Amino acid sequence: MESSAAIAGAAAPARSEGGLWSWITTVDHKRIGLLYGVTAFAFFVLGGVEAMLIRIQLARPENHFVSPETYNQLFTMHGTTMIFLAVMPLSAAFFNFVVPLQIGARDVAFPRLNAFSYWVFLLGGIFINLSFFLGGAPDTGWFGYANLTSTQYSPGHGVDFWAVGLQILGIASLAAAFNFIVTIVNLRAPGMRLMRMPVFSWMTLVTSCLIALAFPVITVALVLLLFDRMAGTNFYVPASGADPLLWQHLFWLFGHPEVYILILPAMGIVSEVLPTFSRKPLFGYPVVVYSGIFIGFLGFGVWSHHMFAVGLGPMADSFFAISTMLIAIPTGVKIFNWIGTMWGGRLELRTPMLFAIGFIAMFIIGGLSGVMHASPPADLQQTDTYFVVAHIHYVLFGGSIMAIFAGLYYWFPKITGRLLDDRLGKWHFWLNLLAMNLTFFPMHFAGLLGMPRRIYTYPHGLGLDGLNLASTLGVFGLAAATLVFMWNVIASWWRGAPAGDDPWGGATLEWAIPSPPPEHNFATVPEVHGLNPLWGAHAAEIRALAVTPRGPIHMPRRSFWPAVSALGVTLLLGGMVFGWWSGIPGLVITLLGIYSWAFQPAHEGGAHD
Amino acid sequence: MTDAALPLAAAGAAAPAAERTSTGLNSRKLLFWSFIGSECMFFGSLIATYMVYRGRDTTGPFPHDVFDIPLTSYSALILLVSSLTMVLALSAVQRGDRRRAPLWLAATALLGVHFLANQAWEFTHFVEKGLKLQTNLFSCSFYVLTGFHGTHVLVGTIWLWSLFTLAVRGKLPPGRALDVEVAGLYWHFVDVVWIAIFTLVYLIH
Repeated sequence: MESSAAIAGAAAPARSEGGLWSWITTVDHKRIGLLYGVTAFAFFVLGGVEAMLIRIQLARPENHFVSPETYNQLFTMHGTTMIFLAVMPLSAAFFNFVVPLQIGARDVAFPRLNAFSYWVFLLGGIFINLSFFLGGAPDTGWFGYANLTSTQYSPGHGVDFWAVGLQILGIASLAAAFNFIVTIVNLRAPGMRLMRMPVFSWMTLVTSCLIALAFPVITVALVLLLFDRMAGTNFYVPASGADPLLWQHLFWLFGHPEVYILILPAMGIVSEVLPTFSRKPLFGYPVVVYSGIFIGFLGFGVWSHHMFAVGLGPMADSFFAISTMLIAIPTGVKIFNWIGTMWGGRLELRTPMLFAIGFIAMFIIGGLSGVMHASPPADLQQTDTYFVVAHIHYVLFGGSIMAIFAGLYYWFPKITGRLLDDRLGKWHFWLNLLAMNLTFFPMHFAGLLGMPRRIYTYPHGLGLDGLNLASTLGVFGLAAATLVFMWNVIASWWRGAPAGDDPWGGATLEWAIPSPPPEHNFATVPEVHGLNPLWGAHAAEIRALAVTPRGPIHMPRRSFWPAVSALGVTLLLGGMVFGWWSGIPGLVITLLGIYSWAFQPAHEGGAHD
Repeated sequence: MTDAALPLAAAGAAAPAAERTSTGLNSRKLLFWSFIGSECMFFGSLIATYMVYRGRDTTGPFPHDVFDIPLTSYSALILLVSSLTMVLALSAVQRGDRRRAPLWLAATALLGVHFLANQAWEFTHFVEKGLKLQTNLFSCSFYVLTGFHGTHVLVGTIWLWSLFTLAVRGKLPPGRALDVEVAGLYWHFVDVVWIAIFTLVYLIH
């Protein structure tokens, strides 16, 4: 540790140091971003396998591929995994890798806290999945409605694993959110005013604010649940006069902002990709930014549209119907801005662009079905049916995941120094697009025919057989598309075409520095004079400055203690599942980790303070 | 809120702290303000839970059976006074007053201990009157809300005591006043939360 390169010489390449220890002790935002990306993709594959098992079970009526109990665990873990362990951390991978580069920073504001966030995420994800081997996975849905989650109806440890696991993951998300708020507000390059910031960095800021304000609400909901389960309180026990709707209100007060936590980073990614491959600045930049802020703000005022079916009364229903429909306005504005960006541009249909256009198309379909269930009478017909399943998968798979793939193809050359293969990329895109529609489009019809969600099978002769078989075939297409992508990543990482600093002719600062970037990112942080700095008059000057050191560069030193603290926190909270005493070793490790962390200097030497 | 370029301290920012930030705000302070924003939603949800369940119980003890308003008013006064001593502690550290700084830090921490002792006495007294954690909706929403607040006071007390031990050994020069300022932000926040709890839970019937 003592020998770690604290002052990165201009000649030292970023990835010269290898080995497991260098990854465990890293505080470099680029390495942490890579760790987030690889880990989250592994969980994405796991969640995908769970989805395949669900679809195999539903391929035929009255199928017995898995038992009803296993089926409940599968759909619960599929939802939990995809939301908390795949899409959120895949977005976090981009926050980590891209945002400091886009705003002209050497790292995030708190590099060790950033490492801590990653390790807590990794260990929390493993913890939730351990439940499969320790008495059964949670089986109450990713939303865990009370009072199905009570000890009376869920006596096993599955719900405990779920509730404690989400608390652990919440710590990771909150720590990362605070870190990125400070990074974006405080560590921008000289001259980069807020309204000169790239849209992706803007959406990261909005998303971080949403995480900071929404996660404490689910923390409280889960704390009350854990008290009910472990201390015998009555928060969600109707027999004691409690109202189980309290859970639904708290959960969706978190849950709807969570939807925007999943989609706003995706909107940020396509707002970077579309201008680059249209060779035109983003159409109406301020309006796109304000719409994103407005969506985040409104996201806290629509939660009860998830609860129309419980009968909140005409006043509440009307309020939440109107606020929900209102969100369609900033969303529609953004879509028109993206189309306006492409309009009249010199379109280059490279793989990132295809995925970005695919995102717009699929997101419009998901958005349209979303507006349908903003209307309470329509929602009463659709709620708990496959129509809603179709909707969420169009916005989350067609939306978030397509945009994440756009981002992966777009920034992979910056991350690795090599281009992903464009031909394989196009195979991936078209297979993905067709298979996605084959999987999820028939679900609209199955839902309107009355097929309920979360039921392990359906009888023959309701007109659902063909629709379900189509969906199941589609899932195998999605698996094939994902395999093509994985092959592309492995092959291109090994022997892809060298990317150079700026393979796409991008407009933002990350394209001014080498690929992969050196550990210190910018040899000298350049001054920014406007939006799209690399398309402006000062581009040549910025590119030259970014690789020319002027004076010593201080980098944060490596630390082992964030990983130790993360292990401690996971053992402390995870131990609670088996009784309070089993948290004691975790408490000791946590205190050791945090104490050592606090007394280890953040910088080598520190003589230049 | 004052000068931003204070030297680096324990938590450590990415760039040497002497480096200017985009806003002029110190990064650690901004981190803490974001954390406090998040904590507002945390306590907001707990208080909302208490308010939603108020008056739903059919079996007692009810709030008016157990609350001792004079005692709790005294507890609230203790916390308010501790905010004053906190301000005096920060001021002493900033001025480099090595005699008064540990004194005011110790006073703040001891007032925290006093508050916690009152709360422990209050809880014991309530349990004696038959209000256990599991008794009814009032009991569980009351104990969890005030218990979490008490835990925050406990964390703050330990924090302040650690600063006190540093100050006694002369390891809290004016250059490290930010360490005290951040602890002060936390302490004042915990105080403000208590004012909300005291008003909404104890005073309004």
